[in-house]
Amino acid sequence: MVASILPLRLEAVELRKRGKHILGPLSLELGATGCTILLGPNGSGKTSLLRLMHGLERVRRGQLQWAAPLEEARRKQAFVFQTPIVMRRSIVDCIAYPLLLDGQSRSAARAEAADMAARVGLHGDLARPAFVLSGGEKQKMALARALVRAPELLFLDEPSANLDGRSTREIEAILQSLKADGTRIVMSTHNVGQARRLADDVLFLNEGKIVEAGDAATFFDNPTTPEAQAHLNGDLIP
Amino acid sequence: MTLKSLLLSVVASLAALSAQADTMKMAVTTSFANSGLADVILPEIEIDTGIEVQLLIVGTGQALKLGEQGDVDAVLVHSRAAEEAFVEGGYGTHRREIMYNDFVIIGPSSDPAASGAADEAIGALAAIAGAEADFVSRGDDSGTHKMELRLWDAAGVDLAGDWYKAVGQGMGAALNTASGMNAYILSDRASWLNFGNKGDLAIVFEGDPVLFNQYAYLPVNPELHAHVRNDLAQKLENWLTSDRAAELINGYAIAGQQLFVFNAQPE
Amino acid sequence: MNDLWAGLAEALRLVLRLDPDLVEITIRSLQVTLTATAIAALIGLPLGAWLSVNRFRFRRVVIALLNALMGLPPVVVGLIVYILLSRAGPFGVLGLLFTPTAMIIAQVIIITPIVASIAHQAIRDLWSEYHDLLISLHTTRAQRIKALLWDSRRALLTAALAGFGRAIGEVGAIMIVGGNIDHATRVLTTAIALETGKGNFALALGLGFVLIALAIAVNLALHMLTRTERSSQW
Repeated sequence: MVASILPLRLEAVELRKRGKHILGPLSLELGATGCTILLGPNGSGKTSLLRLMHGLERVRRGQLQWAAPLEEARRKQAFVFQTPIVMRRSIVDCIAYPLLLDGQSRSAARAEAADMAARVGLHGDLARPAFVLSGGEKQKMALARALVRAPELLFLDEPSANLDGRSTREIEAILQSLKADGTRIVMSTHNVGQARRLADDVLFLNEGKIVEAGDAATFFDNPTTPEAQAHLNGDLIP
Repeated sequence: MTLKSLLLSVVASLAALSAQADTMKMAVTTSFANSGLADVILPEIEIDTGIEVQLLIVGTGQALKLGEQGDVDAVLVHSRAAEEAFVEGGYGTHRREIMYNDFVIIGPSSDPAASGAADEAIGALAAIAGAEADFVSRGDDSGTHKMELRLWDAAGVDLAGDWYKAVGQGMGAALNTASGMNAYILSDRASWLNFGNKGDLAIVFEGDPVLFNQYAYLPVNPELHAHVRNDLAQKLENWLTSDRAAELINGYAIAGQQLFVFNAQPE
Repeated sequence: MNDLWAGLAEALRLVLRLDPDLVEITIRSLQVTLTATAIAALIGLPLGAWLSVNRFRFRRVVIALLNALMGLPPVVVGLIVYILLSRAGPFGVLGLLFTPTAMIIAQVIIITPIVASIAHQAIRDLWSEYHDLLISLHTTRAQRIKALLWDSRRALLTAALAGFGRAIGEVGAIMIVGGNIDHATRVLTTAIALETGKGNFALALGLGFVLIALAIAVNLALHMLTRTERSSQW
């Protein structure tokens, strides 16, 4: 395999928006393998941290360093949003869009997109406009679009937050197979059960700071901070 | 992208529109164009001289302005003082009289101001002013407008008052206004006879020699604008002053009435 | 009312006879205005998109200016273009005055702000929808503009049609820069003005009805074009 874009190092990174403090200062290192789950209550900064790492928020204070040049790092990662962004195109063209950006021909991109659709379990006529899909199908489409460039690193922001149980299980199954194939996953969720099923390690956030970080088994069995203990028990954090 | 290719073909076909041989541009007054004489003589000019004359139909003021700027090759208007100033200013090579028609005073057929009873044009206008009957003026600095102002001046009438309406438009539009208001108006005979919306209006006064309207031809000065087709303008002048032109101009009639009198002098 | 009926009858008569003069000025109207609309779309649509995706210092000023230019009086545009293209003006050597090209230039100036402004509004909404995705996919600025233009194509068609509608019925500017020369620059609107001036209301109205029918036909044709496109692609 070619040189990895990971590890990603964050040093004393802070995020402010319109004068309001959102994140940090925080430091962390994302290694080259595994599945990292971001846990924490609403407003703890999970989404902001994911967006910051992916480049959707600008780093004004602190340092964010990839193991590869930024251009390359940006190209080898993808992001799945909590609410899928549906382009005004057919399903297959939505999935093929990133490949068109890379200069592939329309027919080649469509063929690859159709394969990817099958892989995430999107069936039926792919020439339908994407907006006719159900919520779960839209998220699968977004996942297929994120995967079509075969990213080394995949960010997911609560991908099943708005989905029913069945769709959630289907998404999780896809993520498990990605893990098996060696795709690096960084995902936020408020669903502790889902975190237990997927996590190799955990970042627990509260009020914009990393409160606890480490190996998943240790975190779930012996959380050391009262905030993490409360969250895992389903209590409100004091 | 069928739409794009459609539009591209339109662009391409447009290029073909502009290419033409031996055409010249002449600015003429609306009253000349409205007379319909142009429709008769332009085809004859093309047959006899091979020149396609393109007419720009504007007011006298704008016609002379187009000549000053070199945007036309010749001007055919009817406002002596302005024409002489044009030649004196060096914008035209010379002034050549071609023909004349006459102005008539139009008004409600019942002639409430009794202007038709006057002996002279000045008296007719004075009667309208005295009765404060509605009068529509071109008000556009055209030859017709200037003629009208000279007559008012001679009649000693002060043009303040609601009855006097300056519309600032061409002959046809002014006639439409007069027709709509059933008002008096000064018009050239040709425009009047060709006008299709007469309503209740009729000629109430005509025939005074002061109402004669002399048309003159002014070639634009090629020393000022090297691109003007002075050669064509000369050829056209020769034709306009020829016996053939005299025959066509004197023979042009609407409803049995002769409109223009050819009076060009041989050089 | 009688004039209206006479106008309708005249319109029918002109169309049924395929009056050669009518055919000529109708084709010229279409050529001038379709060309102007195409050029205005080529300028206005990317401009609208560019204004939607870029944040720069005078962006609001430019947008306000664009909206103000939508109300530009055609006569003023005509006069300015006339002065620029006049033999005595800066572009006089091109010899464009009193040609269909001059009319196209005037119409482009009149409708580009309309096209750009409507396009900007449509694309701005789509951009706020697509923003995170297009940033995430690491698109270049040109790729973003391309995706936004393509995906809002139906709204952009509306923008172009608004421009076409304004241009096809415009008379003030093209009268001045075209000169309404018979067989050279006469189009439907200037012919209507001329016939109105002659008091030939029936003929003027007849031409007016032809103009209205033409505008409707172009609109319908373009909408049909996009519908076939949708069924084949989706």
